[in-house]
Amino acid sequence: MSSHLLVRSLDRGAAIFLVVVAAAALLVPVFNLVVPPTASLHLPTYVVALFGKYVCYAILALSIDLIWGYCGILSLGHGAFFALGGYAMGMYLMRQIGTRGVYANPILPDFMVFLNWKELPVYWYGFQHFPYAALMVVLAPGVLAFVFGWFAFRSRVTGVYLSIITQAMTYALMLGFFRNNFGFGGNNGLTDFKDFLGFNVQAETTRNVLFSLSCVALMLGFLVCRGIVASKLGKVLIAIRDAEARTRFLGYRVESYKLFVFTLSACMAGIAGALYVPQVGIINPSEFAPGNSIEAVIWVAVGGRGTLTGAALGAVLVNYAKTYFTSGALAPYWLFMLGSLFIGVTLFLPRGVVGTLHHWTALRRVKLSAAAEDGVAAALPAE
Amino acid sequence: MGFGRGCLVALLLAFASMLGHTAARADGLDDALAHFTADDFDETGTGIAAVAASGNLRAEAVLRALQNGQLMYSAERKAVYVQDDAGKLFDAATGRPVTSDPPADLDAVSINNRLRGVIDAALGGLTLLSKNPARRLEAAAAVFKSRELSALPTLENAIRQEQDPSIKRALTQARAAIVLSSADASDEDKLAAVAVIRERGDQDALGLLQSLPGGTSEPVVKAAASAAAAVQSRLAIWNTVQNAWYGISLGSVLLLAAIGLAITFGVMGVINMAHGEMVMIGAYVTFVVQEAIRTSNPALFDYSLAIAIPLAFVVAGFVGILIERCIIRFLYGRPLETLLATWGLSLILQQAVRTMFGPNNREVGNPSFMSGAFDLGGITITYNRLWIVCFALAAFAALLALLRFTRFGLEMRAVTQNRAMAASMGIRTSTIDALTFGLGSGIAGMAGVALSQIDNVSPNLGQGYIIDSFMVVVFGGVGNLWGTLVGSFLLGIANKFLEPVAGAVLGKIAILVFIILFIQKRPRGLFALKGRAVEA
Amino acid sequence: MEPFEGTLLYLEGVTVSFDGFRALNNLSFAIKPGEMRAIIGPNGAGKTTMMDVITGKTRPDAGAVIFNGRYSLLRRDETEIAEMGIGRKFQKPTVFDSHSVFDNLALAVKADRRARKTLWRRETPAEHGRIDEILKTIRLTAVQNRLAGSLSHGQKQWLEIGMLLAQDPKLLLVDEPVAGMTDAETGQTAELLKEINREHTIVVVEHDMTFVRDLGVPVMCLHEGSVLAEGTIDQVSQNERVVEVYLGR
Repeated sequence: MSSHLLVRSLDRGAAIFLVVVAAAALLVPVFNLVVPPTASLHLPTYVVALFGKYVCYAILALSIDLIWGYCGILSLGHGAFFALGGYAMGMYLMRQIGTRGVYANPILPDFMVFLNWKELPVYWYGFQHFPYAALMVVLAPGVLAFVFGWFAFRSRVTGVYLSIITQAMTYALMLGFFRNNFGFGGNNGLTDFKDFLGFNVQAETTRNVLFSLSCVALMLGFLVCRGIVASKLGKVLIAIRDAEARTRFLGYRVESYKLFVFTLSACMAGIAGALYVPQVGIINPSEFAPGNSIEAVIWVAVGGRGTLTGAALGAVLVNYAKTYFTSGALAPYWLFMLGSLFIGVTLFLPRGVVGTLHHWTALRRVKLSAAAEDGVAAALPAE
Repeated sequence: MGFGRGCLVALLLAFASMLGHTAARADGLDDALAHFTADDFDETGTGIAAVAASGNLRAEAVLRALQNGQLMYSAERKAVYVQDDAGKLFDAATGRPVTSDPPADLDAVSINNRLRGVIDAALGGLTLLSKNPARRLEAAAAVFKSRELSALPTLENAIRQEQDPSIKRALTQARAAIVLSSADASDEDKLAAVAVIRERGDQDALGLLQSLPGGTSEPVVKAAASAAAAVQSRLAIWNTVQNAWYGISLGSVLLLAAIGLAITFGVMGVINMAHGEMVMIGAYVTFVVQEAIRTSNPALFDYSLAIAIPLAFVVAGFVGILIERCIIRFLYGRPLETLLATWGLSLILQQAVRTMFGPNNREVGNPSFMSGAFDLGGITITYNRLWIVCFALAAFAALLALLRFTRFGLEMRAVTQNRAMAASMGIRTSTIDALTFGLGSGIAGMAGVALSQIDNVSPNLGQGYIIDSFMVVVFGGVGNLWGTLVGSFLLGIANKFLEPVAGAVLGKIAILVFIILFIQKRPRGLFALKGRAVEA
Repeated sequence: MEPFEGTLLYLEGVTVSFDGFRALNNLSFAIKPGEMRAIIGPNGAGKTTMMDVITGKTRPDAGAVIFNGRYSLLRRDETEIAEMGIGRKFQKPTVFDSHSVFDNLALAVKADRRARKTLWRRETPAEHGRIDEILKTIRLTAVQNRLAGSLSHGQKQWLEIGMLLAQDPKLLLVDEPVAGMTDAETGQTAELLKEINREHTIVVVEHDMTFVRDLGVPVMCLHEGSVLAEGTIDQVSQNERVVEVYLGR
């Protein structure tokens, strides 16, 4: 990344965000591993895993905000890219089990032995090597997004039409992955993982390292998004969001821009999924469920679309609320809460939490400058 | 008057002759029962055949008792009894309770596996003579399957007596099946049998023709082969017809789910993700109506759907209007936000229904006119599917008429084409918006009544339809009701023709992929509107 | 010699139908380089559809559209046609509301439009100078850092014209540039267009007769998708058929 992009992309909000995430990456392991379990500041390991999950969701939210907030593409199928990344990682983890499975088959994962398969399907080849699996984490969602986007954007499928067909895409994938003969474990998905790069995935240290890694990925993803948004390309994206036809008549090939940012976003979602799987210990076809993708969109809406920091914040807030509600006596009311959140945010908080904060500060600045210059009209700054 | 008396006389005569019939045969049963007292498998076998041949009305009860080990005998008294589950004894021949002390040497007539087969065949043969036509038909089908040689005499007897042509045909086919599998029938008989079986022409006939016993003579084998080929090609045709029917049936379900959406999404441009929940509400209205009828007046059960359809329309329509007034009207012109808000709403509605009615499937019954099936040529059509096809088309026609011929339809079209102009003509656009949305939702509710007849009524009912209905509307062309009609039937039929080739899930995936590609080729669907208006 | 040689824009026999309604009916005309032409006509005369055809938004059912005496525009999409040098201002002013005035122009400035190039790009000093120049021309220098969305209607119209200028097109298609403007603004816009016409060819579609008169350029009147009359504004406005069309018969 060239230096001017980096400089341009860092404002105060972004800096605070990076500092907070970096602090979490360092402090959470400290509170978990160093602080003795008896101390009040001690974090239990399950909380670390929970936080790790939130951070992965935050990356997913970032990827959605990049295309929705800045380019106006509302994908209701981003869960599919997340799940594909997750499956790629899951396949690596399955191959690491080796002879420790129930059937102790050195090559075939348990579910294949159970289905009486004799050989490893070709598309499972190579997943025992981490670099290959890591490549696939990015490539599988990336290629799908590229092919899908290539068709969709060239034919100018926009707005709700695009949303609906992305939803159909993830629905079709869900139906497929539910089938046993697809070779991805069918209903049960991939689970019972043992090792990640030679470390026990259940071990406390591994969990902390995975958490910190997720935080690093979140920061990197954030920087990439900020860089793009602040670049000239980012301005073209916003131009497309605000007036697609105008952009086209200016001579910009809108579909290339959309395709680029859609594919990039899918790759990010894939990475989020890959980090998610070792921390929750399972990936199954329900991750493809259309509802999951829409839920991820509402995280972005709650935090504030087109703010990046808001997307990440929204993901953490909503999921914290979900954990809080679904683990207590209030569980039956969670769906009421979530549903009301969808309605409330779109009706009463269309800018989201961070977006509204930005708006207020902007308003105050306008008032101040108006007072200072006495009546000279100044506009609201961006966002 | 003269005619009425004539009838009465004829009836009396018929009754008398029937009585005479049974009386004449009663002695045969007594003789037959005597075989059971020997406690010997061969004797028992003879007894079974004799009981069956007696044609006595008690024959079936006796054989069933034998089958269940409840036929008792006393060698000392040379008497046979039937014992019920409570251990009470009845005279086997007359069925009268035994009042005297039970005999000391009472024992069950024992049977073995060979005899069990004989009993089954004899029972099958007996029902061939049953008074109930449906039972006779069943029995004929059973004999056709079992090809039990011993049933042949009864079968011949039944064919002679049978008046109903369709049952007679079934009986003749059963005889042909037995003839074909027996070793000692003449070639002539067998050739005639092949012709009969060929006439039948279904999968069973094909199986029969292709599995002739070894030692069948050359001409019969040849005739059977050509008959099999004929049956096969006939089956292929009927198979296509059957798939087409399944496709039409699925298409009608898609149409029902989608026409409401064609109004809200197609005409108003509102993307309502809670549309499936309107369908679900309609299904639960049916459930509530049926519950109310069951507890208050079960005789009305057959009318439950006639009550539920308007009620579901009103309830779902009312909910729809409420949604429009409280949420959607604030989001006009912001389709993506509408999508999210209505999705949230669908979560709330699902959870509300789950809280009220529980998370499990609810039992919704078919009224009598919707249960059962009939055969049409080589395919079977169930009444509920047929009614749903009719209902879907009727709902579609009614909607079309509403839009075209009523004041409301006119105002609705005016508002969708040019809101500002319509408003300045004195049309209350916001009322029209609410009513239009209510109409779309109400139709979804009626669809729910129909779908409750073929699908599980659960809080998730609507979710299964939402993506499909959007696909139909988008595929058919937004803003075009005819497109929705053609789209739903095309997709339904395509789906059912793909299913046998690719399997149900892969077929569905293939359809989804096809639509995704299709939308890219023609983003505005099959019947696209052209012009400047749609670009806006 | 081909009839389209030496023309900048040449339309022959262009026909467009929407569901049986003929928006353009055998429309033919030619524009020479350096010319400014005003097109008038009642509602539904086909003015906007004509612009859609030229810019590649709508495909005609029949006819030819030749640009720069050589290139057919029929098989090209909006982006290609824009790159070839045709700029278009919409009827409803369309600017990028959440970008500043300066950024709006920066996005329009002629440059490599490919995605992988724009990622690393910044404005060169030469481009900066060009933008400042345009800001001056369209009289928006003072508000260059404001968001385009906060501009007045007239300012948005000018900004859009400025964006066209920044594109440096060979041909500008300007659809109703003075709709919703005050009289003073209308006059200024006429001046602005005349200024631009010194270096660019312009086709302007307008309802406002005073404005067309101010421009003082050849006028063409469209009716039911074809040319009804051509000439100076006085000739056209005295044409009996034009009067009939505008006032009803």
